[in-house]
Amino acid sequence: MLDYFRSIGARAIHSVAVLGRSGVFLANSLIGVPTLRSGFPLLIKQLYSIGVLSLVIVIVSGLFIGMVLGLQGYNILVDYGSEQAIGQMVALTLVRELGPVVTALLFAGRAGSALTAEIGLMKATEQLTSMEMIGVDPLRRIIAPRLWAGFISMPLLAMIFSVVGIWGGMLVGVDWLGVYEGSFWANMQASVSFEEDVLNGIIKSLVFGFVCTWIAVFQGYDSVPTSEGISAATTKTVVYSSLAVLGLDFVLTAVMFTAL
Amino acid sequence: MYKRTIEIVVGLFIMLGIGALAVLAFQVSGLTTNAAADTYKIYAQFDDLGGLTKRGKVSMAGVTIGRVSNVELDKESYTALVEMELYRSVDNLTTDSTASIQTAGLLGEKYISISVGADEEYLKEGDTIFDTQSALNIEKLIGTFASGK
Repeated sequence: MLDYFRSIGARAIHSVAVLGRSGVFLANSLIGVPTLRSGFPLLIKQLYSIGVLSLVIVIVSGLFIGMVLGLQGYNILVDYGSEQAIGQMVALTLVRELGPVVTALLFAGRAGSALTAEIGLMKATEQLTSMEMIGVDPLRRIIAPRLWAGFISMPLLAMIFSVVGIWGGMLVGVDWLGVYEGSFWANMQASVSFEEDVLNGIIKSLVFGFVCTWIAVFQGYDSVPTSEGISAATTKTVVYSSLAVLGLDFVLTAVMFTAL
Repeated sequence: MYKRTIEIVVGLFIMLGIGALAVLAFQVSGLTTNAAADTYKIYAQFDDLGGLTKRGKVSMAGVTIGRVSNVELDKESYTALVEMELYRSVDNLTTDSTASIQTAGLLGEKYISISVGADEEYLKEGDTIFDTQSALNIEKLIGTFASGK
C-alpha cells in the first residue's frame, strides 16, 4: 500500500524534475545565442536539414489535403446551390486550422524525430561530453541553432502548406468541378481577413514550431544514452509533440476565434 | 562548393516562405495597401440590420465602392448607426441617396447597396444618409403573411 503511494510520488517528482530540467535547458540554450558570425553558418545548415528537407512532404500533403477539402466541400455545398463558397471554405479551413496543425504534425514526424535521434546519438557516443571537455558549450553549438531553425522554418512551412492547399482546392473546384474562378477568389477574399485569419494562423504555427523543436531537442538531450533510450526518446518526441500541438491548438483557437 | 549550394537552397526556401505570405496576404485575404488612406466616412441609420456586420461590402450597381467600418446602437433613436468608409474616387453621391441592406444570393452575406437621387449637392465626409431601407426580414414577412395583415 505504501509502495503504491511511493510510486505515485516518485512519478510526480520525476515529471516535475523533467519539466524543470527542460525549462532550464531551454533558457540556457536561448540565452547562449551564438554570435552572428560563427552562428550563422550553423543556423543555415540546420535550416537546410529542418526546413528545406521537410518541403517535399509539406507540399505534397498540402496539395492532397487541399484537393480533398475541395472535393468534400463541393459535394456538401452543391446540395445548397452554393458551391461558389468552396473557395472561402478551403481557405479558411487551411489558413486557420489545417495549415498550422497538419504542418506541425508532419514537422514533428519528419524533423523532430530526426533531431531527437541525432542529438541522442551524439550523447550516446559521448560527442556532447567531449565538446564540453574542449570548452565548447554544446547548448550553444548544437542546440541553439536547431531551436532557432525550427522556430524559423515552421511558420514558413505552414504558409507554404496553406498556399499549396488552396491551389489544390482550386484545381479540384475550378478546373475539375467547374466552379467559376472569379467567384472562387472573390468569396475567399471577402471572408478571409489578413489580421484575423492569416496572422492568427502564423502565430499558431510559431507556437507549434517552438513547442515541437523544444520537445525534440530536449528529448534528445535528456535521453538515456543507449540504443533503447534513443528509440524511446524518438517515440516520445513524436507522441508528446502531436499531443502538445493538438492541445495547444484548441487553447489557441478558443482564445483567437471565439471572441470575434 | 557544397556549402554554397546549401546556402542557395536555404535562401530559396526563405523566399518561398515569404512568397507564400504574399500570396496569403494579397490573393487570399485580398489585402490592399491603400485601403486606409483615401476613403471618407458616411453614416446611415437603419431600423434593422438583419445580420450586417463590420467589414461588410458597400456597393452601387453591384460594384464595391467601400466597406462597413463600424456598427453600433444609437441610444437616442434606438436605431442602428452604421459607419461606412467609401472610396475617395466615388465623390459624387447625392445627398438624397438611398441606402438599403441587401443579401448576396439567397443565403449570402448582407451588404449595403446605395442608389443615387436627384439632388445637386454631394455627400461629404461625416454626412448621414437619411433615406434608408432595412434588411428584408423573412421571418417577419412570413409572420405578416400568416396573420393575413
